[in-house]
Amino acid sequence: MENPYLPYPVCIDNIVTETDDRSLKTFRLVFINPEDRDNFVYAPGQFAELSVPGKGEIPIGIASSPTEEGFVSFTVNRVGLVSTFLHNMKEGDIIGIRGPLGNSYPWDRMEGKNVVIIGGGFAFTTLRSSIVFMIDPKNRSRFNNIRVVYGARNPGMLLYRDELMAWEKRDDIEMHITVDGTDDPDWKYNVGFVPSVTEEKITSADNAIAIVCGPPIMIKFTQPVLEKLGFSPENIILSLEMRMKCGIGMCGRCNIGDKYVCKDGPVFSQAEMKRLPPEY
Amino acid sequence: MGDKIFTKQGWVESLRGLAGDYMVFVPVKEGDMYAFRHLDNDTKVAFDDYHNTRMSPKSIVYPQSERMFEYSLDKQDPDCNILKEVPKTFAPQAIVGIRPCDAHAFQISKRNFDTPEYRDPWWVQRYEATTLIGLGCNSPRSTCFCTAMGGGPFDEEGLDVLMFDMGETYLVRALTDKGEAFLGKLNGGRSADKTDREAALRLSDHVRDGMPDVVPVDPIRNKEIKDIFDASFWDDVAFACLNCGTCTFLCPACWCFDVQDEVYGREGDRIRNWDSCMFPLFTLHGSGHNPRAKKFQRVRQRFMHKFKYYVDKFDDGFQCTGCGRCVQFCPVNIDIRDVLRLMSDEPPVRLSA
Amino acid sequence: MIELTEKIRDIAKKLLKDGTVDVFIGYKKGSVPMMNEPVLIRNPDEADLLYWDSNCGLNLCNYLTGRTDRIGILATGCNSRSIVTHIIENQIRRDQLYIVGIPCTGMIDHRAVNRAVGHREITDITESDITFTVTGKGFQETFNKADYLQGNCKVCRHRNPVEYDEMIGEPVEEQKGIEPYSDVKNIEKMSCDDKNAFFRRLIDKCIRCYACRNACPLCYCPTCFVDESRPQWVGKSIDPTDTMTFHLLRAFHCAGRCTDCGACERVCPMGISMRQFTRKLNRDAEELFSWQAGLSLTERPPLDTYRSDDYNDFIK
Repeated sequence: MENPYLPYPVCIDNIVTETDDRSLKTFRLVFINPEDRDNFVYAPGQFAELSVPGKGEIPIGIASSPTEEGFVSFTVNRVGLVSTFLHNMKEGDIIGIRGPLGNSYPWDRMEGKNVVIIGGGFAFTTLRSSIVFMIDPKNRSRFNNIRVVYGARNPGMLLYRDELMAWEKRDDIEMHITVDGTDDPDWKYNVGFVPSVTEEKITSADNAIAIVCGPPIMIKFTQPVLEKLGFSPENIILSLEMRMKCGIGMCGRCNIGDKYVCKDGPVFSQAEMKRLPPEY
Repeated sequence: MGDKIFTKQGWVESLRGLAGDYMVFVPVKEGDMYAFRHLDNDTKVAFDDYHNTRMSPKSIVYPQSERMFEYSLDKQDPDCNILKEVPKTFAPQAIVGIRPCDAHAFQISKRNFDTPEYRDPWWVQRYEATTLIGLGCNSPRSTCFCTAMGGGPFDEEGLDVLMFDMGETYLVRALTDKGEAFLGKLNGGRSADKTDREAALRLSDHVRDGMPDVVPVDPIRNKEIKDIFDASFWDDVAFACLNCGTCTFLCPACWCFDVQDEVYGREGDRIRNWDSCMFPLFTLHGSGHNPRAKKFQRVRQRFMHKFKYYVDKFDDGFQCTGCGRCVQFCPVNIDIRDVLRLMSDEPPVRLSA
Repeated sequence: MIELTEKIRDIAKKLLKDGTVDVFIGYKKGSVPMMNEPVLIRNPDEADLLYWDSNCGLNLCNYLTGRTDRIGILATGCNSRSIVTHIIENQIRRDQLYIVGIPCTGMIDHRAVNRAVGHREITDITESDITFTVTGKGFQETFNKADYLQGNCKVCRHRNPVEYDEMIGEPVEEQKGIEPYSDVKNIEKMSCDDKNAFFRRLIDKCIRCYACRNACPLCYCPTCFVDESRPQWVGKSIDPTDTMTFHLLRAFHCAGRCTDCGACERVCPMGISMRQFTRKLNRDAEELFSWQAGLSLTERPPLDTYRSDDYNDFIK
């Protein structure tokens, strides 16, 4: 019988330290068995359980895009037992992954729409996946204009800096990078919190869907801005974080209302969230 | 196959004859309580005197601790860090004397463990290997409320065979193919006649009619989640709660679990253990944030999950069978029936008295 | 008992009305016999919920931890000692409390009573001064309360509250001729292997629900060592070694602090004789340090005291 708890073995192919404080690293993982790779078919917004034998599993959003073939990558914040251990692992080490898990951003609904991506801090991972996916030549025509607001505490805490700079130069995506503050005299992007930059730069909600990922405080202050801009609750899309174990809707701990965040989520619209108890 | 009649002694002897075909579990008395244990030649079977087991028989399908995977952490080992399934066999087993409420609980848990998208391999395989031979309840306790939860003292749902305790004999009725197969392997007994069947019906009707209908549940179904969630009574309900795991561990229909890695030298196991929404660790994020950091939130979660979230999710029944274990054994007497009355906007009996 | 219940209600009403306290913690009658429920009373109208009889075996001190309001609390001998322990361990301030002392003649061992009626279901219990009567379908039996006391109440030497602001009724006579540690002495006589086997048998039913720990007023650590994940001291499965580690370490953590209130044993859903873990340590505290927990607000417990002139070499 198929065992949904059994991780696929993967090899750590590459590790990139993302932030100046070294608390975030991106792990590029390569499947050891080709058939596992072929089975791992995902859409941006989904997550996987990274399995570190002897330590446990952690649910992490997939940071790579399905358009990037041959590997999957995850950006991991060093907070707990598993992530700390993972941060000390080396290229060539073996871990496991289970997935892809959960729903994804509503790609069917987003076709033909303007897409607004709003991210803060280290929650930019599945948003990076989404951007890479949308600007891929095969997909770009499926979406209208793409606008991105991404903020971090300071320039050193921005993820994927090289890619951000590259996207800045493109004309098929509108980037608004911001930091809460900086003492870098050469900083040529925005300074300010994500909600206010959103209010200033995203001037229209016409035919648009917004995807919002970030720390709770950012989400709290961005929601009213989006509502003011005219986004309906159905068109504000959020991704929730919860403590998880099984990732397949069985162990019960990520239960909020009648939903399991791991299986029914992690992506919910603002309209769905309003029905649910605020226990996240 | 028609109903059969066994003398009480003949029934147990017949069960012993199944040793080669099934692992048979029966209720036995251990100190002050009862538990399901393997039937062997000198087992003293407690069909006659037991009301129900302290721990529900859920552990026979879903053990409190279960090794899921094993692995080597030895870098010299070519399979280092690769998880391997722990070999298990799922030989046919039978729980004989299970109460209808506890059988009902397996139907409830099945919705969780056997889904269209994922099937829990251990729960499903063990459940499928299990035949449930229920013993109808001739004298339910005052803490029982199975009829309010859609079951009953002689309810057939989830059972493969139902036994009626007729005093000197059991009338035994197969309800499913699995049940037919089980009874087909049993020696002895005689066919039940019309008089036997009528007596069994009278018995079950009589007991069912005597069940208290004390727990209103329909109003809960029709309310919005947030109306109950934001109600003012949760603080009072939770005050005495110790946040221990008694209610959830004794509950036949609670299924939540934790997954842990345990390492011994260079070998490791991934183990799953029953967990409880009463424990603060259940929802504690790695960051230190806890969405249910307060006691009343965890107490509320247990009741909301059973009587609202489950109902909304599956649109059928409750995640409770009315077995009454939590009522009897909650160390601080938080009575789920009282909480149901509050959730239904009806004053609890004790407060209105 | 009815008389005491009335007095408790009157005092609670008065305290809440005149603003001496914000809340009052007592017991209400259980929905099942012999299981009264701790209750928090916020206004005088609710005070008639309060109830008192010999089924109030939970330690109310457990409900004080972390409270910042002014609290009226009912306290028997052992409960008052736990409150004293709470105060000297800085878990609550004395001036937050209005302690309503209640002399105690012991709590009924619900397991022993169920055993005595052959586990037929008891649906009602009534009590007089020295007897109680249980009723169920087709039976009624009367017992002497003294024969059915909880194990800790049988050997109790402090039935009267040691610290209170007001006392309900007259003090009761303390039990005479108590041999408090005969059970411990029997275990002490065992060989190492027998002791090991004794404690393993004791916990073989443990389901790690932590009712014992959570009912204990001493167990107020924000994160218990069994719940720590970094480092993880104890495995979380029902492996007997892990289970034993939990029980033994918890007991040692209670050494010199335990008042033998019996809450741990009373709440265990599996009927484990939990007090066997703490009794030896209580005896040691008494024999080595002449210490019984919770009798004094001014003396420090032996295990949180350090003297540079201690006569023991190992500690210097």
